[in-house]
Amino acid sequence: MFAMMAALLAIVGIFQSWNVALTIVNLCLISSIMTLGVNIQWGYAGLVNFGMMGFTALGGLAAVLIAMPPVPEAWAAGGSGVMAGLVIIIATAIVSLLIWKQLKGRGAKRYWLTALSIVIGVVIMRLVADPSIAAIESVESARTGYLGGFGLPVTLSWIAGGFVAAGAAFVIGRISLGLRSDYLAIATLGISEIVIYVLKNEDWLARGVKNINGLPRPVPYEIELQASQWVVQLADMLGASVVDVSTITVKLSYAGLFTIVLLIFLWLSEVALRSPWGRMMRAIRDNEVAANAMGKHVTARHLQVFILGSAMVGVAGAMLTTLDGQFTPASYQPLRFTFLIWVMVIVGGSGNNFGSVLGGFIVWFFWIESEPLGLWFISTITAGLADGSALKTQLVENAAHMRLMTMGIILLVMLRFAPQGLLPEQKR
Amino acid sequence: MMDILNALTVIGNFVLIPGLAYGSQLALGALGVTLVYSVLRFSNFAHGEMMSFGAMLSVLVTFWLQSAGIGLGLLPTALIALPVSILGTILLCLLIDRLVYRYYRQTRAPNVTYLIVSIGVMFTIGGLVRFIIGPSDRIFTDGSRFIIKARSFKEMTGLNEGLAIKMTQGVTLATAIVIVIAVFWFLNKTRTGKSMRAYSDNEDLALLSGINPERVVMITWVIAAALAAIAGTLYGLDKSFKPFTFLQLLLPIFAAAIVGGVGSPVGAIAGGFVIAFSELFITFAYKKVLTYLLPESLAPESLMQLLSTEYKIALSFVILVIVLLIRPTGLFSGKTL
Repeated sequence: MFAMMAALLAIVGIFQSWNVALTIVNLCLISSIMTLGVNIQWGYAGLVNFGMMGFTALGGLAAVLIAMPPVPEAWAAGGSGVMAGLVIIIATAIVSLLIWKQLKGRGAKRYWLTALSIVIGVVIMRLVADPSIAAIESVESARTGYLGGFGLPVTLSWIAGGFVAAGAAFVIGRISLGLRSDYLAIATLGISEIVIYVLKNEDWLARGVKNINGLPRPVPYEIELQASQWVVQLADMLGASVVDVSTITVKLSYAGLFTIVLLIFLWLSEVALRSPWGRMMRAIRDNEVAANAMGKHVTARHLQVFILGSAMVGVAGAMLTTLDGQFTPASYQPLRFTFLIWVMVIVGGSGNNFGSVLGGFIVWFFWIESEPLGLWFISTITAGLADGSALKTQLVENAAHMRLMTMGIILLVMLRFAPQGLLPEQKR
Repeated sequence: MMDILNALTVIGNFVLIPGLAYGSQLALGALGVTLVYSVLRFSNFAHGEMMSFGAMLSVLVTFWLQSAGIGLGLLPTALIALPVSILGTILLCLLIDRLVYRYYRQTRAPNVTYLIVSIGVMFTIGGLVRFIIGPSDRIFTDGSRFIIKARSFKEMTGLNEGLAIKMTQGVTLATAIVIVIAVFWFLNKTRTGKSMRAYSDNEDLALLSGINPERVVMITWVIAAALAAIAGTLYGLDKSFKPFTFLQLLLPIFAAAIVGGVGSPVGAIAGGFVIAFSELFITFAYKKVLTYLLPESLAPESLMQLLSTEYKIALSFVILVIVLLIRPTGLFSGKTL
C-alpha cells in the first residue's frame, strides 16, 4: 500500500512537477500526525472528538507566540492590563467553580450565584483590560498591534503547541467527557468554533483576522540558498534551474523534519498500543462497563487519551503554521481541519496506526489531486459537446468542487463495504 | 411616555423582529433534526446541507420563473418555487435513505456509525450543491422589500425611532407558523403521525402493533426534508444564498434542538427562539435605549454592549455547551415526540 502511495506521488512528480509533489508530501506528513492523534482517541478509546480544528489552531497560536519577536512598545502600552485581565478571568473561573461545587443540591440558587459570579468577573475584567487592549491594538496597528511572542526558535513551538493543546484538552475534556458520543461530538465541534472565534477577534493576542505573516523558519530561505555555492553547483550537475533546486531543497528539509516528528509519534503510538495501557484502552472501548468492573477508572483514562491525542494535533497545527509561515485564523474551517481528518482515519483504518498514516497520505493526495483529475475527467466526458454550450462551461467551471463529493462518496463506500479501513486493526 | 415607546421601538426594530425571523428559521431546522433524531436515533450532521440543497433548488426555480416573467407581485417569487424545491429535497432524502441509511438500519449499527455516515452524506450533498450552482453568493429575493418602512412608521406614529419590517421577515414568520401548525396537527391527529410517535417511543412495541417501520422512516424523511427545504429557502431569502453558510448554520440548529431537548418538537421550536433572542439580546448595543430611558445626566457614553457583535454566532455555541453540561436533556425533557 505504501509503495503504491509512493508510486502515485512519483507520478505527480514526473507529470506535474517535483515541487507540487513535495508540497503534497509535506501536507500529507502533517495530516498523518493529525490522524494519529484522532486514531488514539477514536481507534484506541472510541471517543468522538470533532474539535480537531480548535487544537490545530491552538498549535498555530503557539507557533506565533513562541517564534515571533516581542513587541516591547505594546507590552509597555498595555501588557500589565491584559495580564491583570487574564488573572481576573482565571480567578473568576476558580471562584465560580467553587460556588458551583459548594452549592451542590441547592436548586436554582446554585445556577444564579454561579452565573452572577461569572458576570461580575467578566465586567471587572473588561473594565481592567479594555483600555489596555485598545492601547496595544493601536501600537502601529498596520504592522504589529499585538503583544508579539518570545522570539525563540520556531521548532521549539512544536513542543509548545503540543502543551498548549494538551492544556486546552484538559479543560475541555474535564467538562465534556461525561457526555454521550453524539453530544460529545457536537460539544467539541462547538468548542472548537468558539476557539476560532476568540482567535479571530482578540487582536491583541495574535492580530485576529489581520493575520500574522513572516514567521521565522527552521530551514534556510530560498534566496540564501540561491546565493550559496553548493546549490549552484548542484543545479549545474542536475541540469535544472537554480530556483527549482533551491525550492526543492527547502521543501525536502521541511519533509525531513516532519518525517522525524511523524516517526517519533508513530513509534510512541505503536509502543503504547502494544503495552498493557493499550490493552486496557481497547478493553474500555469494547466494553466500558466490564472495564469499570475490573477496576479501571474509565473517565480518567478517557481524559488521558483525549489529552494525548489533542496534543498530537496541536503539534501538527504548530508544524502547519511553521510550514505556511503565516497564521490566518479565518482559514480554519471545520470541513478541512476536522471532518477531512476523520475521513482519513476511517479510510485508513481506525485502530491501526499505519492505517491512519496511510489514510492521511491517500486522502490528502486525492483532496489535492481530485481538482486536476476532476477537470480532466469532465473535459473528457464533455469532449463531445459543442465548445460554447452552457452545460459544458457550467461543468468545467464547477469541476473544482468535485472533491467534496469525491470525499463524501469515498467515505460512504468505505463505511459500507470496508468499515475496517484499508489496513484493518490487528486482532491481538 | 414617548421615551419609553421610542426605547421599545428601538428594541423591536433591532432585536424583536430580526429575532422572530431568525428564530423561526432555526426552529424549522431544529424541528427537522429532532424528528430524525427521535425516529432514526442519530444526530443528522447532513441537515445543514439538506437545507442548502432545498435553498439551491428554490434559487434555480426562482431564476427560471423570473426569466419566464412569472412573479407574485409584492411577494417573493421563491414562494412559487418552494413546492418544487420541497419535492426535490424529499426525493434526494429518500434516495439517500435507500442507498445509504437503510443498510445501517438493517444491520442495527450503533449510533456513532450513523453519525459518521451522516458526515459522508454531508460531504456528498455539499459537493453536489457547489457542483450544480457554484460557491458564489446569490440573491434571489424580489417583490417589495418592506412591509413597513422605517420612515412611514415614523410618520404614522410620530415617534423618533423607525420600525422596519422586511417582506422576507414577514414571509418567514407567516410560513413558519403555518408549517409548525401543520406538523403538529399531523403528529397529534393523524393515524400516521400517531404511529410515528409510537415508533419513536418504543420501537419493538410499535412493531408488535403492526406498524410498518420502513413506512414510518419514509414519512420521517419526507417531513424532515420538507422542513429543511423550507428553512433553507427562508434563510436564503432573508440573508442570501451561499453554500458554505449552511455548515455554520448547523451548530445553531443543533443548539436549538438540544436546548429544547432533543426529540421534543415543542422544545425544538422554543430552542430556536431562545438561541435567536439570546444571540441578539446579548450582542445588542443598549446605548440608544438607555438614552431614552434614563435622565439626561446618566446617559451612557459607551455602546453598552455585553459582548461585541463578532461573537454573535459564537454565543449560540456557548449556550449549546452550557446546556449540554448543566442540563443535557434540555428545557423540555420528557416531552418526546
